[in-house]
Amino acid sequence: MPQVRTLVITGFGTNCEVESAHAARMAGSDVTDIVFFSDIVAGRTRIDAYNFLVFPGGFLDGDDLGAAQAAAVRWKHAATAAGEPLLDQLRTFFDAGGLILGICNGFQLLVKLGLLPALGGAYFARQVSLANNDSARFEDRWVALAANPASPCIFTKGLTLLDLPVRHGEGKLVPMEPAVLDELLASGAVALQYADPATGQITMEYPANPNGSPHAIAGLTDPTGRILGLMPHPEAFNHPTNHPGYTRGERPTLGTVLFENAVAHLRASA
Amino acid sequence: MLSRVAVGLRPSVRDVVGQRVAGKIQNELHLPVTAVAMIRIFTIAGLTDAEIAAVIDAGVLHDVVVQTASAAPLTPQGDPADWVIEVGFRPGVTDNEARTAKEAIALALGLDDARRKELAVYTAVQYHICGLPDRDSAAHVALDLLANDLLQRHEIKSRDEWAAVPGFPARAAKVTGKADSTVTVPDLFNMTEEQMQALSNERTLALSLDEWWAIRGYFGLPGFKLRRVSWGLIHNPTDVELECLAQTWSEHCKHKIFSAAITYRDEEAGTEEDIVSLYKSYIQRSTADIRAALGERDFCLSVFSDNAGVVRFTEELNLCIKVETHNSPSALDPYGGALTGIVGVNRDPMGTGIGANLLCNTDVFCFASPFFKGQLPPRLLHPRRVLEGVREGVEHGGNKSGVPTVNGSIVFDERYLGKPLVFCGTVGMLPAVINGKPSHYKKALPGDYIVMVGGRVGKDGIHGATFSSEELHEGSPATAVQIGDPITQRRMYDCLMRARDLGLYNAITDNGAGGLSSSVGEMAQDAGGCELYLDRVPLKYDGLVPWEIFTSEAQERMTLAVPPDKFAEFMALAKEMGVEATELGNYTNSGYLRVYYGQRTVAYIDMDFLHNGTPRMALAATWKRPVIARTEPVLPAGGHGALLKTMLGRLNICSKEYVVRQYDHEVKGGSAVKPLCGVRRDGPSDGGVLRPVLSRSEGVALTHGICPRYADIDAYWMMAAAIDEAVRSAVAVGADPDRLAGVDNFCWCDPVESAKTPDGRYKLAQLVRANKALAHFCRAFMTPCVSGKDSMKNDYSGGGAKISIPPTVLFSVMGFVPDVAKVVTSDFKQPGDLVYVLGATAAELGASELADELGFTSPDVPQVEAVSARRRYKTLFAAIQAGLVSACHDCSDGGLAVALAEMAIGGRLGAELDCNAAPGAARLTDLELLYSESQSRLVVAVSPQHAAAFETLFTGQPIGRLGSVTQSPALTLRRGSVVLCDEPAEALAQAFKATLNW
Repeated sequence: MPQVRTLVITGFGTNCEVESAHAARMAGSDVTDIVFFSDIVAGRTRIDAYNFLVFPGGFLDGDDLGAAQAAAVRWKHAATAAGEPLLDQLRTFFDAGGLILGICNGFQLLVKLGLLPALGGAYFARQVSLANNDSARFEDRWVALAANPASPCIFTKGLTLLDLPVRHGEGKLVPMEPAVLDELLASGAVALQYADPATGQITMEYPANPNGSPHAIAGLTDPTGRILGLMPHPEAFNHPTNHPGYTRGERPTLGTVLFENAVAHLRASA
Repeated sequence: MLSRVAVGLRPSVRDVVGQRVAGKIQNELHLPVTAVAMIRIFTIAGLTDAEIAAVIDAGVLHDVVVQTASAAPLTPQGDPADWVIEVGFRPGVTDNEARTAKEAIALALGLDDARRKELAVYTAVQYHICGLPDRDSAAHVALDLLANDLLQRHEIKSRDEWAAVPGFPARAAKVTGKADSTVTVPDLFNMTEEQMQALSNERTLALSLDEWWAIRGYFGLPGFKLRRVSWGLIHNPTDVELECLAQTWSEHCKHKIFSAAITYRDEEAGTEEDIVSLYKSYIQRSTADIRAALGERDFCLSVFSDNAGVVRFTEELNLCIKVETHNSPSALDPYGGALTGIVGVNRDPMGTGIGANLLCNTDVFCFASPFFKGQLPPRLLHPRRVLEGVREGVEHGGNKSGVPTVNGSIVFDERYLGKPLVFCGTVGMLPAVINGKPSHYKKALPGDYIVMVGGRVGKDGIHGATFSSEELHEGSPATAVQIGDPITQRRMYDCLMRARDLGLYNAITDNGAGGLSSSVGEMAQDAGGCELYLDRVPLKYDGLVPWEIFTSEAQERMTLAVPPDKFAEFMALAKEMGVEATELGNYTNSGYLRVYYGQRTVAYIDMDFLHNGTPRMALAATWKRPVIARTEPVLPAGGHGALLKTMLGRLNICSKEYVVRQYDHEVKGGSAVKPLCGVRRDGPSDGGVLRPVLSRSEGVALTHGICPRYADIDAYWMMAAAIDEAVRSAVAVGADPDRLAGVDNFCWCDPVESAKTPDGRYKLAQLVRANKALAHFCRAFMTPCVSGKDSMKNDYSGGGAKISIPPTVLFSVMGFVPDVAKVVTSDFKQPGDLVYVLGATAAELGASELADELGFTSPDVPQVEAVSARRRYKTLFAAIQAGLVSACHDCSDGGLAVALAEMAIGGRLGAELDCNAAPGAARLTDLELLYSESQSRLVVAVSPQHAAAFETLFTGQPIGRLGSVTQSPALTLRRGSVVLCDEPAEALAQAFKATLNW
């Protein structure tokens, strides 16, 4: 069976690296390394030596200039000491069949780098962004998510409903053009949507939809289904006691199932 | 040349932040506003026009999907604004976004080091406001909402002025200082006492006359003059030495009142005693006694000696905790003060032992009512503005650092108008052994390099330690205020944790109060001395003289002792991770702190004199019990149901969800009990519980107690209640009462008798009594204090008024939860569950929430009976471990009625309860039974199947079964057959949530 090698990238304000790595290990990842962005620049770590890449949540550069904006500039211009652009390594990694998971701030980085949604296969072109919540506030609350069965997303395969916490101030999806929104829906790029916890129906009602995202979009995938970006935090639901209804006997599926699906996919793709 | 780039939203994107600002103008300033649109301004020096165009084209500073950018002024779409206000920083104020913008621009344009040096960025925000009537109202909005004049400048244009000439002139908030090595040498030996005091005031030294004489005595020692001359100094102390002594000896750093010799007269008992050091007599001694009594079960590892107290958690992991206050800076600039408070206290665990990983934060605030309508004394900010600023400062400090805020509360009392209290605490984790050594141990060795890591030094935060050791007045220095930079600190933290694990340094401490003078001074105690070169310190800008460099409290800095054989590796690591590190000299064993500027010696002080030369203060305290009349409470005409809803809406009781939701309380992935609980996640929790190690099931509980109102009757019972509240809250969520560590934070009004403080003896007596209670109740609960802090001058004087805060102690508890699977929350779970009250209720309505609501007085302050309380807590812990408890809630502010209502709110379930079954009920009036704040009580819900086992456990203890949880949504409180109150849980929830539903 192929080895699952997970790389969790941190530094410059990322702060969910430990629990993201923990979630990958729980899911059965054989090798799970947390490395700093500077380790990749220094040439100590190569992205393409892994097959599962996680961009965890956090506050890259303190959200100055907007979430992940400055980090996107850094990724675009960074090169190793040997002169190899980091984006080339990332491309090689992805072309070899690797999986990418971007959580919250990591999702914001993926859309700002143009890795998501990559409609029409246009990778590295920014097509959507994530802007201030309608409440204009950072909020920490748990939400229900409905997985889109029509999405090619590998991470959400077989899932229906998922409870996860959101912890962000900039999570409302904004398309470059209105037509982009239609294409997201038509192409299956929408992987996860905020849902009413009672009915499971997708919702625009606050706070079940915590940020006012159109069509309740909470997570996007690329045309291959191998990249998932989502605002909620699956790694923060790694234990039954994480759930706010734990003491009330609520025991829904752990958020780490997204990592399990990724590991299962990599194991199966020999 | 200065250029400007304006960034605004694309017309298709709604300006939600602008809308929020409009809402604040309407709600907080009561001015008519129809719309606000915001434009961000980047003022840039060092780029050509072509490069500016390239920055805009490449979307470096803006998100092309959401925003548009322009080198010309931008006018937002829609109706033209009636007024435009631009707010920018004053020179030298930390501008985090500008730092990020500069890095992004340099990277995108590929600027070399020389070009980077020339590049400067300054940010500002424009508010385009529709609907404001006139220039005065625009100025009101600018000064009282958008900008803090101490730190920010603003400019205003009317609609016509903007139409004629759009935009504002480019301004660089650049500090234009020249390198300056001036060292002044005040002629101390020829000064009168008046002159010494004048010098103290002029330089904010906060030195007393006794201290001046001690300094003169030291510098006047026979033969000392000759030695100083041989060191290149003259007889008189330099300003570097004076400032260093003043910082090191400040109340903030040396806790002089807690170390004083006090003659305590108790007029009530007719006794008098001499106490030498409250700290040693009560706090340190009680902890030592508890540790001795615990013997092999002692879990303390390092108490009171390091930046945070260290306790054993598991065989592999130690935890450390520190709680600080940041009151004075938060009074002047709530946002910057609180932000600096939280990132500052994060550095305490970071600098504890060989350096701890951060785990979680706890924050408690004390404010005046945000609905305050009176006249504000000069220089004080409106309490709502203070609340909002502090809330946002802690939000940014905690969230951006990736440290969850798991516990906290807000206490309201009008006297906090004079000074808000901002308590920020942080828990850290230390692997028990790092590189083969116990991690709580560190020592700088002679020969080690002094290395400063992190941010640069500026004039920000000069005199913080001495400033906070004085009362707040109209002329308080603005330089004491600064804005924290969580990301620079995060980068430093990432680098330091890696350096720690690689064993690259021998010792570490943070640069807090007193800056380098304090951090290097402390670490040099280990080695026995140091030689430090101030000219090597990296500065934010030129213009700092040596004493300023030495004592600046500029943030985000740590000081290390790096051994010579690891020095190159350490510096390479820092460079690679983008962290500035600078070698400033060496630790020595000379016995002296020697400071140079270039070749010149500017300070040369005996380490022993620096740290132990403070003369002990001699103070007098007199306790005379205040006479408080007993007036009878009257039930308002609306009856008990209406009263309960009013009580739930009181500021000290109501839901703080507005604040809680804006704090990340679950980053790091270990959250088990969150601040809010229940079926709708809006019931109040008694504390936070989380798993420090994700692969293990042990939890740490964080709780606190704070009861300042009781000090108006007797500070002894205020302290007892705070300890009891913290302990019982920890037990309520599932912590082991035998494994609790305490942290005491005293915030007092000036307790030293003087012309300004004629009642100093009484205030000091209150302090003595609080300490006596601390020692007694910590021993009784076997809860050692492992760390603590005091802030003694929380008074304000101005405009002819003096406002002193109520004596306040925050007692925080960190507890051990054996298995998070067994945690308990306060919400009712199941209809049919039986509801019990543990502990007796007495007629104790003195200084209660009810007394304040109904306007009656009573001297009957709640008292604590620790022996029975401890037995109750141990039994409850056993019941929780046995899985017998479905809900448990601490009974505190607002008493039994409020506790029951909160449990009903959490579960959105009713209950049918006969309050006569509560222990002690027979002797009480209805109001006493429902609202007495008797301590050590808990309300517990138990499934009927476990009732027998639960009741057996509590045999012989005061316990009452009130009734059961019902499917019907009404909370019915009866006395026998008489129904006092019958209210739907949803109505109670609405009352609970309405007050601060912003």
